[in-house]
Amino acid sequence: MTSFHINGRPIATDAEEDTPLLWVIRDLIGLTGTKFGCGIGMCGACTVHVGGRPTRSCITPLRAVAGAEITTIEGLSPTGQHPLQKAWIDLQVPQCGYCQAGQIMQAASLLKDFPTPTDQDIDAVMTGNLCRCMTYVRIREAIKQAAAEMRKEFTNG
Amino acid sequence: MAKLQHRPTDDALSLSRRSFLIGVAGASVAFGFAPIEARADAMPLPGTFEPSIWYSIDRDGIVTVNVVRAEMGQHIGTALARILADELEADWDKVRITAVDTDPKWGVMMTGGSNSVFSDFPVFSRVGAAGRIALVEAGAKLLGIAAQQCVARNSLVVGGNSSVSYAEIVRRGNLSRAFSPDELAEMPIKPASERRLIGHKFDAIDIPSKTNGTTRYGIDATVDGMIYARPKIPPTRYGSNVRWIDDSAARSVKGYIKSLILEDPSDTVPGWVMVLASSYPAAIRAADLVKVEWMVGDAANVSENDILDHGSKQIADPKGGALLVDDPGLDAAVRGARSTLERTYTTSSVLHAQLEPVNALAFEKDGLFEIHTGNQWQSLILPVLAQALRLPQERIVMRTYSIGGGFGRRLNGDYAVPAALAAQAIGKPVKLVLTRPDDMRFDSFRSPSIQTLRMAFDAGGKIAAMEHHASAGWPTAVMAPSVMPKALHDVPYDPFAIAGADHWYNVGAQRVRALSNGLANRSFRPGWLRSVGPGWTNWAVETFMDEVALAVGADPAAFRVDLLDGVGRNSGSAPNAVGGAKRQAAVVRRTAEKAGWGVAVPKDTGLGIATTFGQERGMPTWTACVARVQVNRYSGAVTVEKLTVVVDAGTLVHPDGALAQVEGSILWGLSMALHEGTELIAGQVKDRNLDSYTPLRIGDVPELDVEFIDSADAPVGLGEPATTVVAPAIGNAIFAAVGVRLRHLPIRPAAVLTALSQ
Repeated sequence: MTSFHINGRPIATDAEEDTPLLWVIRDLIGLTGTKFGCGIGMCGACTVHVGGRPTRSCITPLRAVAGAEITTIEGLSPTGQHPLQKAWIDLQVPQCGYCQAGQIMQAASLLKDFPTPTDQDIDAVMTGNLCRCMTYVRIREAIKQAAAEMRKEFTNG
Repeated sequence: MAKLQHRPTDDALSLSRRSFLIGVAGASVAFGFAPIEARADAMPLPGTFEPSIWYSIDRDGIVTVNVVRAEMGQHIGTALARILADELEADWDKVRITAVDTDPKWGVMMTGGSNSVFSDFPVFSRVGAAGRIALVEAGAKLLGIAAQQCVARNSLVVGGNSSVSYAEIVRRGNLSRAFSPDELAEMPIKPASERRLIGHKFDAIDIPSKTNGTTRYGIDATVDGMIYARPKIPPTRYGSNVRWIDDSAARSVKGYIKSLILEDPSDTVPGWVMVLASSYPAAIRAADLVKVEWMVGDAANVSENDILDHGSKQIADPKGGALLVDDPGLDAAVRGARSTLERTYTTSSVLHAQLEPVNALAFEKDGLFEIHTGNQWQSLILPVLAQALRLPQERIVMRTYSIGGGFGRRLNGDYAVPAALAAQAIGKPVKLVLTRPDDMRFDSFRSPSIQTLRMAFDAGGKIAAMEHHASAGWPTAVMAPSVMPKALHDVPYDPFAIAGADHWYNVGAQRVRALSNGLANRSFRPGWLRSVGPGWTNWAVETFMDEVALAVGADPAAFRVDLLDGVGRNSGSAPNAVGGAKRQAAVVRRTAEKAGWGVAVPKDTGLGIATTFGQERGMPTWTACVARVQVNRYSGAVTVEKLTVVVDAGTLVHPDGALAQVEGSILWGLSMALHEGTELIAGQVKDRNLDSYTPLRIGDVPELDVEFIDSADAPVGLGEPATTVVAPAIGNAIFAAVGVRLRHLPIRPAAVLTALSQ
């Protein structure tokens, strides 16, 4: 039995401990916003936060998250109003949308580490997230726009 | 992708033969075409018919538009609803879209070729206008004013100082109207200046759910009691037969159920073994442990170079193939030429690598076989499914899902077949998901290609004739031969393996010959991949034009403009190609101007230009690109610093969506030029995952400068055209930077170094 929290909700599962976390999230818990792309941690579509850090769930065994706090795209903001989500809509970033949950989760941790990211910061951190529709120009702009909004919120708050 | 030549009688979108009916259906008013069998002079009464409903308006005034086209990132539902709502004069906030499942009443269901807006604009605008006329007539009656004195705006019929909402008109009932096919065809469409929605900025309806994880893709489909499947992909696409299976090691995997050899009457997946388990990770693990020995097909002895060698022989033989253009005097001009320039260009295989691996959920319920999956061409795979399942097509329905990357991969619905066969064999719902390596091995990838071009110059050194011979695998011949058009002498050909070679340059007598590479067709399943043929024919045409310009000592941009003189067959025609080659010349001039063509650049840096007409002569999207690259002479690495692209696509229905499509397709062009490419080795693609197959990442994105020509001409395709100009612009820029000519795609640093050393 492995126990952890996902989006604040307690989970206990008897799935085998070497099961990739991705399939536990998608098929057992039913949170399908996290996507399967490559199975080897190369595309980033499966990115979730484990203990606040971006993690490729397709190569993370269940046993590694025992006791952890996990956040998926569904839990990033209770109302879907995270500054990144708002910027993603405002700049009309997604095309097919399949990679975008992973992009947003990766970008959310980027903004924690680099509140004022440069293009170089964005390239370095986001390079592990493949977008096959190639929405990269808008991803970069949306990250900067969200960063600006978060700084504003911080100043005002 | 070029337009497919469906028989018009199959096409529900054809305006020519069905009446358009408006009538009460339940609590809404439905707007739809009469059933196929209904005749215009024997109209069924509104309320008693079951039309193919294109849209409806309910008692709250909500307009729901049914969308047949697949959603895969192009926001097509939004664009089509927008076209309709503009003519309907609907309040955009009250417009919703529904993605429909397969049903014969929709006619052909296909999404590809960058032609959804192009094809659907006439019908969506006309049925919107028909609805507006009916609503104005009904509203005028309610207001007690003559219809001529009323106008429709923002879901209201306004006359004098009073108005009535569309919702109220629906609630008051009695809206009933029929339009004959002729009336519909002649429906007056608003002039561009009267458009209130088309061409303005608006948000795509499908985007918010793509930021919070709620969009449902095929891979997210579930049904109670389903089991999971992962295939064992055989060593060759065709001709593989299972000799034996040993699943003893897999039996130790918790959740493993069994391994099933598929019997496939449609021969779509010969030699497939489905490894079934109660969970997908168990299916992955078990499949790794199941041992299968196959009798293999002939492709086990075929590799990429064999296919190119075969193509080279085809080109050398003057006989064979399909002639798209064969001007009288060509041979004489070549024989009598003072000089000729001949060059051969090649391209490697390209994988789709769409991020959502192909998948399908299949089960039988209440006598209906349901296939849940994202698909671009349902009308192509349904008959195959019927053959595989030995069921009439009426008993199969495909449920529609958003597509996690189409790019042409899901025009070929082959992945639905094994899921359906397994579900039928085992009597349970089966969810098939391919791992990334499975998906890449089973891809219908872009065929390798080889092309030879020849230019003949007359005694005065002027261009007198041009030949273009192209050999590649033909996706349409393999998967949809019945829709292939005919070339000269009634020879069928695949437009997706030659379009682009029939360019708009005036080069005197011309010959364009398309050769179906039989070895490719037999060794793998060639696929349609974003921009299809024009993605590689233009690599040849536009690299060659630079080589010819150099040979005659002309500036590459001015040289192109001169040949795009709009004379003769290149003068264009209404409605889709008004202006012809002159519009292409205009985008060349504008791009050169924007990009600083002719301005001095640093050492080892160069500008290169290329221009195309997008996907096909019948739907030209005039496109030009200037690439600015820097070449590292020591590593051979090519850095693309900037891509300037100008597009004339006529009317832009959804300007921001158009920009998004052009941004994506430019970067696809760049990715295929420098970062992608695989090869067939002994019947299998070399690259199996995203560690060795490496599409463009964010750090390699250059500065993009995109401009659209302001135009009210007919809207044409946008999903692919910009893909076609980028590789030749980069190749030409490399030549400008360091003086080496690359004639193979992708361009690898090693090839640049080799060329520099010669």
